[in-house]
Amino acid sequence: MNAENRPILEVKGLKTHFHTKRGVSRAVDGIDFTLRKGETLGIVGESGCGKSMTSLSILRLIPSPPGKIAGGQILFKGKDLVSLSEDEMRKIRGNEISMIFQEPMTSLNPVIPVGEQIAEALRLHQKMSKKEARDKAVEMLKLVGIPSPEKRAKQEPFQLSGGMRQRVMIAMALACTPEVLIADEPTTALDVTIQAQILELIKDLQTKLGMGVIMITHDLGVVAETCDTVAVMYAGNIVEHAPTNKIFSDPRHPYTQGLIASLPKIHEDQDELKTIEGSVPSPYNMPLGCRFASRCPFKQPICHERQPELAAQPDGVKVRCWMYTSQWTEFQQQEAVK
Amino acid sequence: MLMFILRRLMQTIPVVIGVTFVVFIIMQLVPGDPAVLLAGEGASKDTIEAIREQLGLNRPLYVQYFDYLMNVFRGDFGVSLKNSQPVLEEILVRLPITMELAFFSIIITIVLGMAAGIISAVKPYSLTDTTVMIVALLGISLPSFWFGLMMMYFFSVKLQILPVAGWESILHVILPALTLGAGGAAIVARMTRSSMLEVIRQDYIRTARAKGLRERVIVYKHALRNALIPVITVVGLQFGALLGGTVLVESIFAINGLGRMIVDSIRMRDLPMVQGGVLVASLVFVIVNLCVDVLYRFFNKRIELN
Repeated sequence: MNAENRPILEVKGLKTHFHTKRGVSRAVDGIDFTLRKGETLGIVGESGCGKSMTSLSILRLIPSPPGKIAGGQILFKGKDLVSLSEDEMRKIRGNEISMIFQEPMTSLNPVIPVGEQIAEALRLHQKMSKKEARDKAVEMLKLVGIPSPEKRAKQEPFQLSGGMRQRVMIAMALACTPEVLIADEPTTALDVTIQAQILELIKDLQTKLGMGVIMITHDLGVVAETCDTVAVMYAGNIVEHAPTNKIFSDPRHPYTQGLIASLPKIHEDQDELKTIEGSVPSPYNMPLGCRFASRCPFKQPICHERQPELAAQPDGVKVRCWMYTSQWTEFQQQEAVK
Repeated sequence: MLMFILRRLMQTIPVVIGVTFVVFIIMQLVPGDPAVLLAGEGASKDTIEAIREQLGLNRPLYVQYFDYLMNVFRGDFGVSLKNSQPVLEEILVRLPITMELAFFSIIITIVLGMAAGIISAVKPYSLTDTTVMIVALLGISLPSFWFGLMMMYFFSVKLQILPVAGWESILHVILPALTLGAGGAAIVARMTRSSMLEVIRQDYIRTARAKGLRERVIVYKHALRNALIPVITVVGLQFGALLGGTVLVESIFAINGLGRMIVDSIRMRDLPMVQGGVLVASLVFVIVNLCVDVLYRFFNKRIELN
């Protein structure tokens, strides 16, 4: 872990909202995190919690309209990406910050040879000639472990398997040696055996290139294997941000506790899997207080009234929950008196 | 690719034979006896019978058909019943005119249609988009004979900037080609628009954006090539409709092309002439379809011939 390194990406109070006919959907509602050089940050959470929207916001790829970055800052090496012009932003996309998408089957252009799809970014950002870019594309395919890369470079995506396509996506994302790689569920669509290979590959290349990685996933196994720190997202907020080992050994937020408890244990004979009761609030109609309150086993009246802050504990773990504030015993006593 | 073209060529043979059969049968079913027509009014029964004998019209149908088929393969399309000229000669005079008309029309269909479709799709639901799509709707709804006559009235009679009819200079081409190509252009425009809008939502367009490409490159390189695949099919189908349309347009603008020849021959019950005309028109259509298939495969290499 290189946690002592300088931060390259700082997200401060990021809000991404969607203005639709049904109202305003607060997909991402005020999140903060920092990514350092060589660090892997995991963002976990269930479908619809805003983790993909966070990553798309960083590259400013939110479909607009209806989407809009409604507030906050995204500082990349000190520059605020939110205020950059479209032209300046284009120079960063695929060059300094790259992204790998979830669906390798549909994320590559079906009618363009894969080598050309990799070479495109190189010609654009590194001003390489056609020939140089083509050679570099083949080299990248080799780097991500595709056999006979010269031949594969000339093929269209439909001639490649799912695992190979994801390797191509990785080659494409890493071609310009970015400083930040955002991997949005890079292994979700792949077989388990291929998953391990792809994660290994990303880790390897990270060590080689020293980039910061944001690993977006809903798979806690992936988190355990790859991440240094983890941000747990729930309904557009980060509810807990902690080193990976702490998340698994000592989860603080009731939602994180629920997530860890719902993992089936290999040494225990379980008939039924544990679940978290209730469901996620609608992004069109977020509750005033803590967003997890309605499902929380420890809830107190205060939880429905005011939203807690994401506050740092003495050991550095950040958690957004009233239970870990100094007022918590007061709230409990008040309730007991009533 | 070469194997694909060869195999696809082989497939056209049964189609061509089928076409000759259908053309032959249809002409048999049409009421009216060519021998009677040729003999003229008040001719005696013997005269009619003699003409029938001479032209082989009294033989069994299948004999007539196979006779015809064999001759076609030898390049002999028979002689016109009207003036005893070889059919092929007449067709070879008329065909280039129709092809020229069809060529300019399909160019108008493709260029006008695609351009309009792309302009619409780049800014969907904008004022430009709405205007283009309303014009396209008009283009589809207006019958070509009315549209042709209106253009003739406006540009040739009122403004007098274009010739009324005939087929001499490039100026003569403009109105008929526009008339013939407009409907197709409208259909292609709508198809291009919807296809582009569909493609622009795909994951790989997002990937292209994430690479930092310019919007222009995304539209023309990444989106258009994918969006063209269904459009090519539509253009191919439009070419068939366009060949049919030449019959009308050539009649309106007094152009001595293949379409008009077929119409005149039907009126005269000039059986060999109609057969020859329709056969050649069908052949052209088969060849165009072949080209469309090859193009289709070029744009989408996933297509395999089963």
